[in-house]
Amino acid sequence: MACKDKELLLHAYSDGELDLVRSLEIEEHVKTCAPCAQELGEQQTLGKGIRSANLYHRAPESLRARIIATHHAALTGGSEQSGRVESPLRSVRRRPVLEWLAVAAAVIIALGLGIRLIPGVLNARRGDLVAEELVASHIRSLQPGHLMDVVSTDQHTVKPWFDGKLDFAPPVLDLADQGYPLIGGRLDYVGSRNVAALVYQSRKHYINVFVWPDDGTEAKAPEFTSRQGYNVICRSNGGMQLCGVSDVNSEDLRQFMKKVSR
Amino acid sequence: MRGDTRETSGRLDFEQLVLPNLDAAYNLARWLVRNPHDAEDVVQEACLRAVRFSGGYQEGNARAWLLRIVRNTAYSFLEKKRPGDLAEEFDETIHAGEPMQRDAETILVQLVESQKLQEALEGLPVGFREAIIQRELEGFSYKQISEVMDVPIGTVMSSLARGRAQSRERLLRGPGREVPRGMQR
Repeated sequence: MACKDKELLLHAYSDGELDLVRSLEIEEHVKTCAPCAQELGEQQTLGKGIRSANLYHRAPESLRARIIATHHAALTGGSEQSGRVESPLRSVRRRPVLEWLAVAAAVIIALGLGIRLIPGVLNARRGDLVAEELVASHIRSLQPGHLMDVVSTDQHTVKPWFDGKLDFAPPVLDLADQGYPLIGGRLDYVGSRNVAALVYQSRKHYINVFVWPDDGTEAKAPEFTSRQGYNVICRSNGGMQLCGVSDVNSEDLRQFMKKVSR
Repeated sequence: MRGDTRETSGRLDFEQLVLPNLDAAYNLARWLVRNPHDAEDVVQEACLRAVRFSGGYQEGNARAWLLRIVRNTAYSFLEKKRPGDLAEEFDETIHAGEPMQRDAETILVQLVESQKLQEALEGLPVGFREAIIQRELEGFSYKQISEVMDVPIGTVMSSLARGRAQSRERLLRGPGREVPRGMQR
């Protein structure tokens, strides 16, 4: 039996919840106390077992669809009502001359501004399209058999696999020791070009990292967007554009992207 | 005008707070109510509540915030439909005593890879079960778990310790030797 006064601390220790001093105390203690060492070993075996077994129940697609539909119905139901209160056509007819002049002036100003803004707007629009494509690719990749072309947790297998398949060499990092094991890679097509997709795992969630050369002319996805429940975070680094897409929460994804684009 | 902002913020809350955490919501619900059908009902109800009460979300971890709503919804469900599931917690006793055999860890390694692990976890009192699920499957810190469960951090720590001890017992001794519910103490 483990020492009574150490039992809770052993749990906190394997959960990484102890401060440095107390962690060191525990490490010292288990060196000399066999029952506590055994207890710790068993705790860790159990924890590893729970994490690696297939125990995470993902939401069924039908449930996701139903929830989205219910939500949208609730939203559009509200706007339809307000639309009925004031028909846009009727209010146009009633508008007096002065107001028409104001409208005309506004249109002219808007046109002037618009011409200046159009390139910016177009780029932003293209960026949005890229984000949309990224999320679509991510979702497609989660369907059975689509996630990976090369299955390997070894960066030295994944990186050479892209040789000859792309006109650039994507940075492939192994982040297993930081809780994001690399599990494979895949060729994908986003923003009218071939891109590398690296697949990482974060606990039971997948993260697709799409990589393509950043030559400044290509449309850039916005730095952060969220679509259909997936977060997209993009960073430029070393002449490459990296976009991470996942259902992990935005803060975790940001942390991960910091590591992967280091 | 007011309707507009409410509508936009409703959509934002839903897309940023709810949708990305749907898997986590379902997973927790599934482990709390222990069957897929009820879990779906709980998650759907929780999502409605989440959008309605999204004003209560301030900052911090959106997943923990949503899971707290899921948990409360699941508990209300259990209170109404299966109060026995909740009462279990108070009857809980740890099989103390007999030290584990020398080779316990080797046996454990084989057992945790099997279907038995799921059964061992499902057999735990609900409070221990949810602490373990949040810690091991969501990777939550003690602090986040304490927010979801609305208990002090010390309670999280002891729930994890006792839950783990019990699931290990169940694995090593098998549920067959469990004292029947209601006859414990």
